[in-house]
Amino acid sequence: MNSQSGADLDRTPADSRRSSPEPGRTAFDRTPSDRVDVCIVGAGPSGALIAAELSAAGHDVVVLDAGPRFDPADRENEMENHLRPGNPEPLWGMGGERDAYSATGDRHYPLNAARVKGIGGSTLHWQGMVMRLHEQDFELDSAVGLGADWPISYDDLRPYYAAAEEAFSVAGASDNPFSPPRKEPHPLPAFPPSYSDSLFAEACESLGITTHSVPNARNSEATDEAGACVGYGTCKPVCPSGAKYDATRHVDVAEANGARIVDRAPVQRLEHDASGERVTAAVYATPGGEEHRQEAREFVLAAGGVETPRLLLLSESEQYPDGLANSSGLVGRYFMDHLFAGVGGQLDERTRQKHVGFITTESHQFYDRPDDSRTAIKLEFLNYAGPAPADVAMTADSFGDDLLDEIWSAYGNHVAMGALVEQLPRKENRVRLDHSRTDDHGNPVPDVVWRLDDRTRATIRRANEIQRSVLEELGAEITWTVGPDDTGPAFHHMGTTRMGTDPSESVVDSQLRTHDLANLTVAGSSVFVTGGAMNPTLTIAALSLKAADHLAARL
Amino acid sequence: MELTRRDVLGALSAAGVGSVSGCSDLLEDGAVGESPTEDDPITDHDVETLVALAEVVYPSGVTEIESFVREYSVVRVREDPTYARGVRETVARLDDYVAEWHDDAYADLSASARADVLEQMAVDTADPDPDGVAGERIRYYLVNELLYAFYASPTGAGLVGLENPPGHPGGTTSYREGPHE
Repeated sequence: MNSQSGADLDRTPADSRRSSPEPGRTAFDRTPSDRVDVCIVGAGPSGALIAAELSAAGHDVVVLDAGPRFDPADRENEMENHLRPGNPEPLWGMGGERDAYSATGDRHYPLNAARVKGIGGSTLHWQGMVMRLHEQDFELDSAVGLGADWPISYDDLRPYYAAAEEAFSVAGASDNPFSPPRKEPHPLPAFPPSYSDSLFAEACESLGITTHSVPNARNSEATDEAGACVGYGTCKPVCPSGAKYDATRHVDVAEANGARIVDRAPVQRLEHDASGERVTAAVYATPGGEEHRQEAREFVLAAGGVETPRLLLLSESEQYPDGLANSSGLVGRYFMDHLFAGVGGQLDERTRQKHVGFITTESHQFYDRPDDSRTAIKLEFLNYAGPAPADVAMTADSFGDDLLDEIWSAYGNHVAMGALVEQLPRKENRVRLDHSRTDDHGNPVPDVVWRLDDRTRATIRRANEIQRSVLEELGAEITWTVGPDDTGPAFHHMGTTRMGTDPSESVVDSQLRTHDLANLTVAGSSVFVTGGAMNPTLTIAALSLKAADHLAARL
Repeated sequence: MELTRRDVLGALSAAGVGSVSGCSDLLEDGAVGESPTEDDPITDHDVETLVALAEVVYPSGVTEIESFVREYSVVRVREDPTYARGVRETVARLDDYVAEWHDDAYADLSASARADVLEQMAVDTADPDPDGVAGERIRYYLVNELLYAFYASPTGAGLVGLENPPGHPGGTTSYREGPHE
């Protein structure tokens, strides 16, 4: 292969829009830098925040990501892909040989619907809901005898939560009587409740259920980083306006500080020194078929709850035949997700759905566990129940005025409640390697082994009971329920490199550094000890900022 | 209910062609020539046929259909050559079918005759398929495209109470408002 063809393969459409921070290096040059201070694997929210923090402190940072740098100009096309019924194109390029996986547990796990590989990571398609975990989440075993305690408390993480909310420009209000203590207001005002929220609020009040606002990583007002939300209504899976936070914001900050971001550079394995105490290099591939070694003083794995344990397992060596940082045997174990529970129906009045694509009211009244009989429940009041008019029109078998009548009946009087339900850590739920299948680089694919336990199923039933009572109070005809038999994951991968003080019971310590290798940090939801029922990204961000502080102190 | 340029922009936004927002000269008046060119891959007859179909599949109280369909379609086909080719070929298939029963092209038939043709070709019950039989292609390239444009626009979706349909950047006020009727 000549160098020109290699360069072309390595070039992405977005390359022409940016310049390289290193003099003499083109933007699509994927050869390694000289030994840097920090090499970060993964350019999602965790990797981006750590890169921004450490580069701001003057450290040399290289970030390697398996996926591409998406061109922001393509986001409207992604939105169309999403909106047009029957469009077969996968969003954000997920799927194919690169993303091959197995799911051999009782429950199939739809992994490629649950993540994005690329600069920005899964924040490119996330919903943008950002709540703090509760104090009880950090001491669940001590409080009610469920799960396990974290090695850190809410108070330890509290300043980092505040910093994470600043980083995400969170729009929120202090009207939630169930939220953990906080000193400062959210950076931006909360989005006001929707019309349908007002219908729900009345019914909930009759039942003694308190509702409140929702913290959103979505600009309710313009900031220096982005404009205010303009209501495209397609937040998940794509925000064309950029008002919803995604990690490319902090990737941009890191690059402006001099960090180097290398896309389409999937890390194949980590190498360690002869003593087995330090990682020496991240070995990564390029689109042109070359393999390079990036050396660094410190390494950070921030590739999500599936690829992070997979990479540790792929990094087996003579000294570590079971994978890197795996002396506990727990790498990949304790895989958790949140389960969706929902009830929907129709009223005999208009409910004004689908004007926006995000939620503006929740209830955390059933979050903390009274005892060990159930896990956490986070109730959501949806603003996008039922079909949109265009959805109905595209599949209807009438035209003209008859079609308009059909759409009038089908759209506009739906209501729905959702809930996230906690799944406790269980050792048998895990991410492991499937040695019978390989990806496009010949590496064994991840195998997600996942099942639901009886307590989780019971909590889903309890969530359904509450939801049904609200809809019945509202006078709705209930038309669907998502319960324990047809529930699905909320796409929050947690627990697979759990944090702890005992090296035989955990993979990383309270600084998020692996027990086994002194210069290897794992950041992201894989370090969660328990998952609670809050959307995890604010906690991912808070932990990442904490890890960045510890890294900076060591550098 | 009058379709306006705001609706064209809203529909184009939902169709992933939002970059025309604020560039009204791109919309012009939806004028194209009698023969396809590199810039205008569909002809005036193709656009007339789309307008004639829209008059059948849109609700009866809607006005300014012709300008809406022209402006939407011309920008849409310029952005997507595959779609443009599909429109051209499917209009020809529709006219071929009509030619077996009438002396005129589809666009020249009366409104009731146009509705009858769609029913005879089972377009109302056809699954949209770009590679299917004529009725399925008409549903995919012509009818569903027109329905999508209309019901993704503020005026079209607004007829059923959704002034800010998904794909339209209509702000964050309407979701808080109660029913208008």
